Amino acid sequence: MSPSDSMVVKLPEPTEKIIENLLRVANTKIPEDIGWALEAAAGWETNPTAQAQLGAILENVRKAEHMYKPMCQDTGIPIFYVRGKFDSSIAKDITQAVENCTKSVPMRPNTVDPIIRVNSGNNLGLGMPCIHYIPTDDDFTEISVMLKGAGSENMTKLKMLNPSDGMEGVKKFIIDSVIDAGGRPCPPGIVGVGIGGTADECVAMAKRALMEPLDMEDPDPEIQALEEELFVKINSSGLGPMGLGGDTTVLGVKVRKAYCHIASLPVAVNIGCWATRRAVARITDSDIVYSQGVRL
Amino acid sequence: MKTLYSPLDEKSVRSLKLGDIVSITGPVYTGRDEVHIRALEYLDEGKEVPQCLKEAVLYHCGPIMVEDKEGKWSVVAAGPTTSARMNTLEPRFIREFKIRAIIGKGGMSREVAEAMKEVGCVYLAATGGAAVSYAEGLSRVTGRDWADLGMPEALWHFETRSLGPLVVAIDSEGNSLYDKVREKVAENLSKQ
Ligand code: SF4
Repeated sequence: MSPSDSMVVKLPEPTEKIIENLLRVANTKIPEDIGWALEAAAGWETNPTAQAQLGAILENVRKAEHMYKPMCQDTGIPIFYVRGKFDSSIAKDITQAVENCTKSVPMRPNTVDPIIRVNSGNNLGLGMPCIHYIPTDDDFTEISVMLKGAGSENMTKLKMLNPSDGMEGVKKFIIDSVIDAGGRPCPPGIVGVGIGGTADECVAMAKRALMEPLDMEDPDPEIQALEEELFVKINSSGLGPMGLGGDTTVLGVKVRKAYCHIASLPVAVNIGCWATRRAVARITDSDIVYSQGVRL
Repeated sequence: MKTLYSPLDEKSVRSLKLGDIVSITGPVYTGRDEVHIRALEYLDEGKEVPQCLKEAVLYHCGPIMVEDKEGKWSVVAAGPTTSARMNTLEPRFIREFKIRAIIGKGGMSREVAEAMKEVGCVYLAATGGAAVSYAEGLSRVTGRDWADLGMPEALWHFETRSLGPLVVAIDSEGNSLYDKVREKVAENLSKQ
C-alpha cells in the first residue's frame, strides 16, 4: 500500500472501535490499488458490454464511498487476520464489533446454521467470526479484515495434483478454474493461488494472497513471473467483466507457495471479486496506521 | 439505454435482442433460493402462492434493507446474486408463473434458456456488486411476502425507476451471450 493511502491516528482508541472502523472502511471504500486497476481497465476496454460493466462498477464505487454505504449487498463473511502481539481478548473485541457493525454499517445478516439454514441475524454463530492468528515477535498488533462474498468464495477449488503433473498441470488447473467460474464471481477480480503445503494450508494461502495490494511485487522473481504469465493468459481468454466478454477478466493474480510432501502437489484457487474489500490497522503503543492491504 | 416498462408483455420481451442494454421501470420482485423452493413446494401442496409472481420481473437479489421507527422499509444495497444456484428450480418456476424477465448475474443453464424460449422470457444481466446503484433504481418498497425467510431471502416487492444497466444476455429464442463468450474463450485459449 502506498503511504499516501494510509491514515495515522493517535491512541488511545479501544480495540473494538478500531475493528468497527475497519469493517466500515472495508464495506464502503474500495482499496486504492483495486480502484486504480478498475479505472485502467475501463480505459483500455473496447467491447461496449465490457465498458458498460466497468462503468457501472466505477459509478457504484463512487456512490458507495460518497454515501457511506456498503458497495455490495453481499457484505460477505468477514475474514480476520491478527498478527504481531496480542492476547485472547481480541476475539471478544472482534465478535462485538461484527455484531455492532451488522446494525450500524449495516451489514447483511449472512450466517446460517449449515444444516437447518436458520439465520443468526447478527453475522455470528458457531465458528464465527472467522479469525486467523499469526503471532510474531513484532512490537505491533495488526488487525486485517477481508469481506468475502459467496459469489467468489463458492468458486474455491483445491486439487491434489500428482508431482508429475508439474507446473504445466498447475497452470492449467488455475486457468480452468477461473474460466469455469465464468461470470459467477463478479469478474474482473483477483485470483488467489496456493501452491504446495498441506491441503488445508494450500487453501489458506490462496485466500491470504488476496490481502496483498495488486501493485506489490512478489519478492520471489519466479512467483512474480508466474503471476504475470497467468495474468496475461487469463485476460487473453476474452471472458471479460461479468463473463459477458471483454479484455479484462482479472485485475491481478497473487500466488503463494509452501513446501509440500514429496508425493504431493496441492494447488488451490480462491477468487476475489472486484469488490475484494479489505482494511488493515497496525496498532503500536503510540498510534494506529490504517491501510487497505498487506502482505501476510 | 432503452427503458422497459413492467409488467412486460410477451411481445415486447420477444422483441429484445442479445446484447441490448436496457433499464426497467415498474414493479420488480426479488426471489432467490428460498423463494424458489417454497413457491414450488406450495404449488405441490396446493397452498397459495403470492399472486405478484404471475408474469413478473424476477430479481435474483438478497437486498440489505432497513426498517425505520414507523416500520417503513427502505433499501440500502441491492445488487444481483449468482443466478446459477437457481438452475434446477428455474425452468419449472418460469413455466408455472410465466415469468417475463429474470435479472441476475452469471447466466443460467441451457434448461432455463429452453423454458425462457417456450414462455417468452429474457435473462437480463445486472452488473454484479453494483449494489448502491441498483438500490437507487429500486425506488420504493411496496410490499413483502415470506418475511420469515429472513431479510436476504424474503420476497420483496419494489417499484423501480430506471433500474439498470441491464444487458440482454439470454433472449427469448434461448440464445445466450454466455454461450457465445464461452465459445470465443475456448477458441482464444486453444491458440495459446
Ligand atoms: S461476488 Fe463480490 S461483488 Fe459479486 S455479489 Fe458477491 S460480494 Fe458482491
